[in-house]
Amino acid sequence: MTIEFETPKPVVQMQTVLQTVAENMMRPASREFDENEHSIPWNYIEFMHTAMKSMGGGNGLTPREDKPKEGAEKRPPIGYQLLAAQIEMLAWGDVGFYLITPGGGLGGAAVQAAGTPEQRAKFLARFAEEKPTYAAMCMTEAGAGSDTSAIRTKAVLDESTKEWIINGEKIFVTGGDKSFNAYEQLGKGFIVVWASIDPTAGRAGMRAFVVESGTPGVKVTKLEHKMGIRASDTAAISLVDARVPFDHILGSPTVEKTTTGFKGAMATFDATRPLVAASGIGVARAALEFLKEKLAENGVQIRYGLPRNKLTSVERDVIDMEIMVRSAWLMVLKAVWMADNKKPNALESSMSKVRAGDVTTKVTQKAVEILGPLGYSREFLLEKWFRDAKITDIYEGTGQINRLVVARQILGYSGSELR
Amino acid sequence: MYSFEPNEEQQMLVDAVGKYAANDLRPAAHEAEESRELPKKLISKGWEIGLLQASTPEAYGGFGERSTVTGVLAVEEMAFGDLAGAYAVMTPSLFATPILLAGSEEQKKQYLPEVVGGDWRPYTAALIEFAFDFDAHALRTSATLEGGEYVLNGEKAYVPFAKDAEAILVYANLDGQTQGFIVPKGVAGLAVSEEREKLLGLNALPLYRVKLDGVRVPVSNRLGGEMGHDFEPILASMRVASAAAALGVAKASLEYATNYAKERQAFGMKIAQKQAVAFMLAEMATEIAAIRLLTWEAAWKLDTGKADAAMEAYLAATGAADMAMMVTDRGVQVLGGHGYIREHPVEMFMRNGRGFAMLTGLAIV
Repeated sequence: MTIEFETPKPVVQMQTVLQTVAENMMRPASREFDENEHSIPWNYIEFMHTAMKSMGGGNGLTPREDKPKEGAEKRPPIGYQLLAAQIEMLAWGDVGFYLITPGGGLGGAAVQAAGTPEQRAKFLARFAEEKPTYAAMCMTEAGAGSDTSAIRTKAVLDESTKEWIINGEKIFVTGGDKSFNAYEQLGKGFIVVWASIDPTAGRAGMRAFVVESGTPGVKVTKLEHKMGIRASDTAAISLVDARVPFDHILGSPTVEKTTTGFKGAMATFDATRPLVAASGIGVARAALEFLKEKLAENGVQIRYGLPRNKLTSVERDVIDMEIMVRSAWLMVLKAVWMADNKKPNALESSMSKVRAGDVTTKVTQKAVEILGPLGYSREFLLEKWFRDAKITDIYEGTGQINRLVVARQILGYSGSELR
Repeated sequence: MYSFEPNEEQQMLVDAVGKYAANDLRPAAHEAEESRELPKKLISKGWEIGLLQASTPEAYGGFGERSTVTGVLAVEEMAFGDLAGAYAVMTPSLFATPILLAGSEEQKKQYLPEVVGGDWRPYTAALIEFAFDFDAHALRTSATLEGGEYVLNGEKAYVPFAKDAEAILVYANLDGQTQGFIVPKGVAGLAVSEEREKLLGLNALPLYRVKLDGVRVPVSNRLGGEMGHDFEPILASMRVASAAAALGVAKASLEYATNYAKERQAFGMKIAQKQAVAFMLAEMATEIAAIRLLTWEAAWKLDTGKADAAMEAYLAATGAADMAMMVTDRGVQVLGGHGYIREHPVEMFMRNGRGFAMLTGLAIV
């Protein structure tokens, strides 16, 4: 091992390509799809699907398997590093658009992490097919946000038909509409629903189920109106006696007295948290670059290298923002590098999310403040990024939940020792 | 490629420094701070680990190649033990490393073997000046060329071990450029204060004012020789060293506060089990981890000659100064009233933590 910060060539190439996409396909349409919530940017979706298919596919949140050529020297895996850089760049373009980039998303990631090889083959192949296809994760309920043990949705096995019968109400399902509802432009997607198979067992009884698009009894009941990330659909989904085949359960159908099954599934988050952090950092970088551009246009130079007490307030702010954005990005890189190298990264993963949540909100808020009336105006995208940024500190574990995870890690405490 | 783990050689060095920091520096730190005295034996033992020796090529009396990355790893670990002790052990680097980086061949041959060859001896450097708006790029101390010699005028502050120094690398303003000049001991016009600096922290480290009143040195004593040198790489190496030292102090504070919080009982549980305390610790750890990566990247960029290396070193040092203040303040806060009592080291960490905002120039890698 060694300490090195050279961006791998494939990452640089991918960044270059995606920057063009961001500049030409995302930024010009950003405002339109922010103002017209629930309209769908089909151009972007179709373009990205075609582009990703030609690059070998993947389901969006899990890296492609590296298949080295015969006889070629095995290179260190960089799948998660590529993903993080890809997400950062797309979010720099427009984080709402990034969230509706076709693919497996969090639903696919859950199948990847907790599914058997048969399940992976059965459920994940669709993302590389002709039409763009989505999968979403249904975890949150009205009474269960960060506290996932409070999930009330139940799955009961019908012994006669060997089907699971699921009942419950899910909210805040990112991509729920495109994953579950039938659109002629889209392939058949699925949602991954978290439910309890034994309400007396707490977390140990929690399982995820793959529920195919169009399953009877399942309905998208509402699309939320949000502060930001408006190009991305956030659905409420109700399940009434929804019947799901027996082998659609991810993990063991029997409940043991341990929570290893649940912990295994939660490990999905160790992989996805730095990726969500990356999406926030893309927004923060966009805001910082815009701020510097506007300042330069107005003849304000940032005098890097001067002692702090000789700098203007604006210069200090910009320099602090540079420090925040760069160091937050390096934390993401370290967390995904660990994931690529199969090193346990629960601490680094949550730290990167804590930092990104703080940095993304602070940087966008400060940028709006510094630019005054320009910052507050819808004439520019900065005010949109201010709104888009806030979700970074909320989804995929709020800043507070991630602080809890970090604290438990550094203190060596279990969930019951530090609640 | 990205990679975030020290190599085997670096890890061995870090382990050796870590052992010295924990077993020698830390136990001596409180007494040294109170008595304003660092035992000579303590400094010698740290010197014998050979950080400077290992970054000096064989041709100049050492046994290795300089690496900024290795340097920041070692400095963090050393400062984790005690900042004053770490700065004392590394003081000869203030003189030798700029010569390694920017010195002429003659200067390397003349000075490096005697600095690295034997026991720890006080070779030092003078950069800081006693002015609120001190700026390493706009020094008040001046150098002028007169009759084939450089004449130095001005006053330097915070000069480690100046009293007994064999030689001081004095930075002065030459036509708007910051340039180093090697000033041997005993030259006419060089006056070191009798009194040591009395400071908010770093009390164990002997720091002095140095007056230069028409000090004359030959042209060959200009760092880099007649043509001089670029100051930026030197300043950048000071900045990453300062950032690394800040990381060490912050890490010390976090570790002490964490252990305390896991012992201290209140309201029927350990205070670490309270989110109010646990979140402080989580934020301290996150802040440290973030700035560590920024510091490592800056060091790596310096080693690989990236165009924005100096800029990132500036960002790292600036971020580290804020980080150190925030973390060491929280360290005291976690201990509450006990944190304010000098028997616990966190108040010293906090006083030392403030220094990184203004004391670039007391360490270099």
